[in-house]
Amino acid sequence: MLRHDLLIVGGGLAGLSAALGADPGLKVGVISKVHPLRSHSVVAQGGVNAALAGHPDGGDDTCERHAFDTIKGSDYLADQDAAELLCGRAIPTIYELDHWGAPFSRFPDGRIAQRPFGGAGFPRTCYAADRTGQILLHTLYEQAVRRNVTFYDEWLVTDIIVRDRKLLGLVAYDLAGGEIIPLRTRAAIFATGGYGRVYQRSTNAYINLGGGIGMAYKAGIPLKDMEFVQFHPTSLYGKNILITEAARGEGGYLVNAKGRRFMEDYASKSMELAPRDIVARSIQTEIDKGNGFDSQYVHLDLRHLGREKILKRLPGIREICLHFAGLDPIDRPIPIQPAQHYSMGGIDVDATCASPIEGFFAAGECACVSVHGANRLGGNSLLEAIVFGKIAGESASLYLRGGPAGAEGDRETAEAARALMSRMRAIHEREAGENVFQLLNRLKRLMSDTAGIFRDAPTLRRGLEELAELREAYRRVFIYGTCGRYCQEMVVLVEFEHMLEVAEVILLGALKREETRGSHFRTDFPKRDDASWLKHTIVTWSEHGPVIAYRDVQAGRYAPQERIY
Amino acid sequence: MTFKILRFDPHKDEHPRFQLYRHEPHPQDSVLEALKDIRDQQDPSLSFRYSCREAVCGSCSMVINGRIALACRTQVRDLGSDEVVIEPLPNLEIQKDLIVDLNPFWEAYRRIEPFLQAPGDVPEEGHVVAEKDMEKVFQYITCILCACCYSACPVATRDGRYAGPAALAKLYRFTIDPRDRRPFSALERVDGPDGVWGCDTVFRCNDVCPKDVRPADGIEGLRRKIIAAKTKRLFKRKT
Repeated sequence: MLRHDLLIVGGGLAGLSAALGADPGLKVGVISKVHPLRSHSVVAQGGVNAALAGHPDGGDDTCERHAFDTIKGSDYLADQDAAELLCGRAIPTIYELDHWGAPFSRFPDGRIAQRPFGGAGFPRTCYAADRTGQILLHTLYEQAVRRNVTFYDEWLVTDIIVRDRKLLGLVAYDLAGGEIIPLRTRAAIFATGGYGRVYQRSTNAYINLGGGIGMAYKAGIPLKDMEFVQFHPTSLYGKNILITEAARGEGGYLVNAKGRRFMEDYASKSMELAPRDIVARSIQTEIDKGNGFDSQYVHLDLRHLGREKILKRLPGIREICLHFAGLDPIDRPIPIQPAQHYSMGGIDVDATCASPIEGFFAAGECACVSVHGANRLGGNSLLEAIVFGKIAGESASLYLRGGPAGAEGDRETAEAARALMSRMRAIHEREAGENVFQLLNRLKRLMSDTAGIFRDAPTLRRGLEELAELREAYRRVFIYGTCGRYCQEMVVLVEFEHMLEVAEVILLGALKREETRGSHFRTDFPKRDDASWLKHTIVTWSEHGPVIAYRDVQAGRYAPQERIY
Repeated sequence: MTFKILRFDPHKDEHPRFQLYRHEPHPQDSVLEALKDIRDQQDPSLSFRYSCREAVCGSCSMVINGRIALACRTQVRDLGSDEVVIEPLPNLEIQKDLIVDLNPFWEAYRRIEPFLQAPGDVPEEGHVVAEKDMEKVFQYITCILCACCYSACPVATRDGRYAGPAALAKLYRFTIDPRDRRPFSALERVDGPDGVWGCDTVFRCNDVCPKDVRPADGIEGLRRKIIAAKTKRLFKRKT
């Protein structure tokens, strides 16, 4: 049996940052279902926020202003102390990344460049052209190589073993070896990313199934604020590949089929740089009103930026347009539509990334501290992943000072591995059944149809009913190929079970929250209701179904005000 | 359309074989989307790597109608053919179907010490780096480590010890970073036939690179640096 002090699950920015933040004296391993450089963090484009105050228009920027923008952007659902922690750590984090070799773009005077982003009072987004996620993920991976971190690439964690509210171990499926392996560990940090592929239209990588979140939930760790799903305003029509907010930060226009910059009607001051929830809803409203093209999309027009600026600041966007849409944004506007983009909610952890289960920590998109509340600002997700990844590594190290683990838990962990093996064998031995890839496609359609940008009670209820049917169908699931090496059917089969839970918690949270806040828009309750709903949704798994409870938002110095942009 | 896909499980099959699938992709589909649909609808046992589907994660490199490419960025209609032949990357052991063992590629990457080396004091704030100098690095940091170049390289094919284009270009990226101060010994490690002098300069790497990194520029740059450093050393000794 493999033994570790600390296992980090996920090799994206949060997972790697956790590995670098952990005490080097501990026996640490990073498990990732793909090679870490294939993680979804790599696709982040526009940048990472920190109040460096380096921009000519940003001289008065401070951490406090960054925190205020984050809290206002969250529609006041963020815990204010946590948001302040995030923004306070932003500046040293950027400098550390620079010291580690991250090639941030520069101002002419040689300092780290910054650009404007949505919902921000100052231009504070640091970037490397439009490949910021890629350079940050590569930089952190390089540092992990330097420190000789142990990696288990292409291993899927399948189970969390808990006894008496204490973590005992994990079970993993080694894809290359084709074996199911029990893992004893004294602590674990989940950094498994978001659940974007629960939706049909998503900017997320295909691998973002959200299994880690559902797995934690089934292990008894509550989920928080799952109804808050970010829809990015600008995804490439047809493929839903992300077109960065930096395209608007650099001055791009949103234009409807009548040739109007329609953001005038929705956010006359900030226009295209209003927060994402507002811009996404505005675009969808235009499309629904018949002001879109083919009732499907509007235009993101960059032509007036000129060739030079596009080539210098947005080369990746141009590349995406050329290769995936066959158009050059220098000459033609980009057809865009909103698509699921980010999971504000997640595994319920505190500001030290600790969960109610002893030894279990979570960070990054799979976790909910909460710093993003009901709507995340662009440029804050890379920051959150790196800052809270590191905090999780530090907290877990602190927790582990208690000395080595005994053999307790060996039996449970080995038993869980055997149970998974026999379950897979039983599924494989069936003569026929449901194809899990097709079930997954059904789930995606269901969620896009019933828990999208605009929601109402009857539709959400229908979503829950259809989900129950899907759960029934999953009982008849079947493995068509051979159970063994690189059985991707098994990967999706294991994750799908957890995705059902994630979907249920999203639908249920959305149905119960009878107000509109941030990304959660109820057409039957179109107003924010601070008197009843300034609180987090906390959902706990039970044998009889989800148990829902609420926790007050950690208030602070900023009283809720109307969000006018 | 016909998709002719190479199938092989080295633990079970004696030889690789082609399996034919009839599939009509949507007009806008990429090869990766077609592969996923074939797997979802016809054959869930078909194995291939994928992740971001937008050409930045480097997972889905394979051979498509004889060309090494990313499946996600290859649009079916651009192939201009009713038959699509899909094979795994050459020059690496097949693990299963279209999945190859990339360990030799990653080992070469690790060997060049792919991290910034800036010993001594670092500035309290960020480094001051001239905009132009930082932009020189940008050509190389667009590399997604997809291993297309490594697979296409004739030298890597005949000599397993050869570092290959991606790793050498990565090393060059650090040597031109004004913040990096690695010693000359780091370059000496690639000063041989398994390093920069192994390159045949046939530029297959440049041809297949989906991100226009032009790894051969990096190899060429390293050669110049090595020669320059040696020449300097020679003159130092004489004086």
